[in-house]
Amino acid sequence: MANIHQKDFPVIFELSKEGRTGYSLPELDVPEADLSEGLEESYIRTSEPDLPEVSELQMMRHYTALSKRNHGVDSGFYPLGSCTMKYNPKINEDVARFEGFSHIHPYQDEDTVQGALELMYDLQTSLAEITGMAEVTLQPAAGAHGEWTGLMMIRAFHEANGDTKRTKVIVPDSAHGTNPASATVAGFEAVTVKSDERGLVDLEDLKKVVGEDTAALMLTNPNTLGLFEEHILEMAEIVHEAGGKLYYDGANLNAILGYARPGDMGFDVVHLNLHKTFTGPHGGGGPGSGPVGVTEELKPFLPKPILAKKDGKYSFDHDRPQSIGRVKPYYGNFGINVRAYTYIRTMGPDGLKQVSEYAVLNANYMMRRLQEEYDLPFKQHCKHEFVLSGKKQKKLGVRTLDIAKRLLDFGYHPPTIYFPLIVEEALMIEPTETETKETLDEFVDAMIQISQEAKEDPEVVQEAPHTTVVKRLDETMAARKPVLRYIKEKG
Amino acid sequence: MAKYRYLPMTEDDKQAMLKTIGIDSTEELFEDIPEKVRFRGKLNIKDAKSEPELRKELQEMADKNIHTKSHVSFLGAGVYDHYIPAVVDHVISRSEFYTAYTPYQPEISQGELQAIFEFQTMICELTGMEVANSSMYDGGTALAEAVNLSAGQTRKKKVIVSKTTHPESLEVIQTYAKGPGIEIVEIAHQNGVTDLEALKEALDEDTAAVVIQYPNFFGQIEPLKEVKSIVSDYKKTMMIVSSNPLALGYLTPPGEFGADIVVGDTQVFGIPAQYGGPHCGYFATTKKLMRKVPGRLVGQTTDEEGRRGFVLTLQAREQHIRRDKATSNICSNQALNALASSVAMTALGKKGLKEMAVMNMHKARYAKAKLEEAGFTIAYNGPFFNEFVIQLNQPVKEVNQKLLNKGMIGGYDLGRADSRLENHMLVAVTELRTKAEIDQFVKELGDIHG
Repeated sequence: MANIHQKDFPVIFELSKEGRTGYSLPELDVPEADLSEGLEESYIRTSEPDLPEVSELQMMRHYTALSKRNHGVDSGFYPLGSCTMKYNPKINEDVARFEGFSHIHPYQDEDTVQGALELMYDLQTSLAEITGMAEVTLQPAAGAHGEWTGLMMIRAFHEANGDTKRTKVIVPDSAHGTNPASATVAGFEAVTVKSDERGLVDLEDLKKVVGEDTAALMLTNPNTLGLFEEHILEMAEIVHEAGGKLYYDGANLNAILGYARPGDMGFDVVHLNLHKTFTGPHGGGGPGSGPVGVTEELKPFLPKPILAKKDGKYSFDHDRPQSIGRVKPYYGNFGINVRAYTYIRTMGPDGLKQVSEYAVLNANYMMRRLQEEYDLPFKQHCKHEFVLSGKKQKKLGVRTLDIAKRLLDFGYHPPTIYFPLIVEEALMIEPTETETKETLDEFVDAMIQISQEAKEDPEVVQEAPHTTVVKRLDETMAARKPVLRYIKEKG
Repeated sequence: MAKYRYLPMTEDDKQAMLKTIGIDSTEELFEDIPEKVRFRGKLNIKDAKSEPELRKELQEMADKNIHTKSHVSFLGAGVYDHYIPAVVDHVISRSEFYTAYTPYQPEISQGELQAIFEFQTMICELTGMEVANSSMYDGGTALAEAVNLSAGQTRKKKVIVSKTTHPESLEVIQTYAKGPGIEIVEIAHQNGVTDLEALKEALDEDTAAVVIQYPNFFGQIEPLKEVKSIVSDYKKTMMIVSSNPLALGYLTPPGEFGADIVVGDTQVFGIPAQYGGPHCGYFATTKKLMRKVPGRLVGQTTDEEGRRGFVLTLQAREQHIRRDKATSNICSNQALNALASSVAMTALGKKGLKEMAVMNMHKARYAKAKLEEAGFTIAYNGPFFNEFVIQLNQPVKEVNQKLLNKGMIGGYDLGRADSRLENHMLVAVTELRTKAEIDQFVKELGDIHG
């Protein structure tokens, strides 16, 4: 092996040299005090934290170079299913940086932040209307946090009715992993309901799993296969008759804005991912925002405090005896909520409906163009996303992982792969409404070319990617001998 | 027809696409939604606004708020007004970072993965711990996850939390504890620090962990060494420490006192207050607990040609693999804010971070001495970081209203969370407060006090 270190991209610590400075603090303008006063010596740090010492330009070059080693929506098409990688509007970023939003402190007197509270109130009211729910809290920080919040409320509701035997939460086998995980964190046992041959929840199986121990059914609609659960009203009836509640995972709301509302479908609790449907950027993994909406019946259990409007003035109501309590310090990810609000105000009711119309149109168009080359397990119209199977290509020795890696050579972020779990070699594609037909066509052409390559020259796919800054990485070694922090080489 | 600048669909494109699908109108794509649940009205939300109109309206909304750049602030209590180097916002405004998803495809996500790896390293350095994850929502939820981890790991159902912990973190712990059924035992404080006798009494074989904040909510530096020695009587019981990472520029890190888990919030590094979120939780622990950590971890590896690279690793802990058996349900975290904090920590470097911590301490001590000179009683007199508690002769809310008229945002009203601390104000003094501002604050407070 050649001297690999020459090729290694440096970590910031390797650029460090003693004596360089990247900061600028004012001179101390007060008399120095004896800091050790009253403090035992062992509490004064002797080991220096080994942080880098670099100049401002070095820093800028380092992070700029890192950014070039990263693919975002602004870099190119990002059809990552279930993640709604739509364009992140720039005005949102500007507005979130207005000093009156970015530099307000959560413990300022409510009278001094009426503008912020007005925004939050208008946002929660708009989200309640969009989802058809009675009230919305903006406190949860992300989708999974919202799921757990919602389940805790359902738990509190059952407990308030003395109904303590409801220990189970039902999730479809196609559900996001966060659903069963949230059920566990909320103290429930997750049980699975099967999908039928059309990719929808199997009603007969649902009837079997539902019972006196059912706390809730968690559902994504359209589901993770991108299919609308047509029998939603029957399902709601089955669950409600058994005394359970219906939970809506809002990850896929982008498909139905202005076309249908979870509240009208019989859902009792809804969480939204403002960083998906409502353009809060994903930030490389976060921060998100996961507001939760509820029906009238569940309102008393909302996390406290609740933002209320009275005589034209906004204030927090902390006096909520049945509340599940706080799920997060302060009032949620306000900065992300500002972005989502800006987006909703940019689009309005007609614009939001067009969002879903085109998100769904784009997905169906791609699906029909791809169905000849790739196996399409579920034939009906899809909503905002669809799932292909790479099983035809697998027979040729080309796996879905290979197809995903080959797409990198074309400059695309690949679709979500190997999810949902019920589709063999799954490729889950979500184009979103913000992409042009040209982009969709180019991507489809690339997918078709890769399928041809699988037949004629499989190695080019199997050995992909060929053009990225690193080739396939050894994930087994990473897990077997974890190196989770930089350690300076000796010598 | 294109009214919306984010929607590129043209009528021609639409017709061509409908034809390929084999339908006449997009309505057909929504026919699987039962008529009974079809929404046929128009959403009752405000109509769309043009970019300039909306910018103006939202600017006016923002301008209704008083903020820490329009007024001189002595408010902290977990959220602080610190120096944010200009580079921070320039880096996190690079859209390759902020428009990316979680780095599931490492070959085109090396930038984000490496940035997280660097963040993990910096957190380990500051806390004195062996392992740090890629971030949590915030300090409060990180602490609650630590509590839940300790109960799962030790198979014990009781956790002791000092009342000197941030009151809202304490509330979040209470909510999180209901799921696994953990009993949270709160212990009182004496002179602003954890009552060690009460701690000894509360500790027993069933205790999964003891939670201490260092420096604590009142700014006081808790005696971690003594706490550890008390906790050590019970072999399995963990010590969980919540720490303001800036203070660790001066204070001995919790890792060196034998903490099992250290959490906190990196808002102090490059993240504006923004009404309490998004901030950035960190979660650091020992190698022993590495496979129990919630959330994402980035690890170093090599590619097929031997080049160093980074990947998400030990994913068998996580919800997308383990589903109901995962160590946590967390999925989205605070990656972009972790990047902001990394940039701020890089800018400060080892010298600047210490200098900033020390400057906070000097300024806070100056303010405290001046207030004492002016006749104010300081509630707790132990060693402290950049916050301290003063007693007032009237409600804090009223005092703050008067300070506001003088262009100042006063300290935190401790009576909010504890009625025994009515008329007590928690004063935060960061490196951004000048001597002149502190002097004026003391003068105004003196005038109000009479």
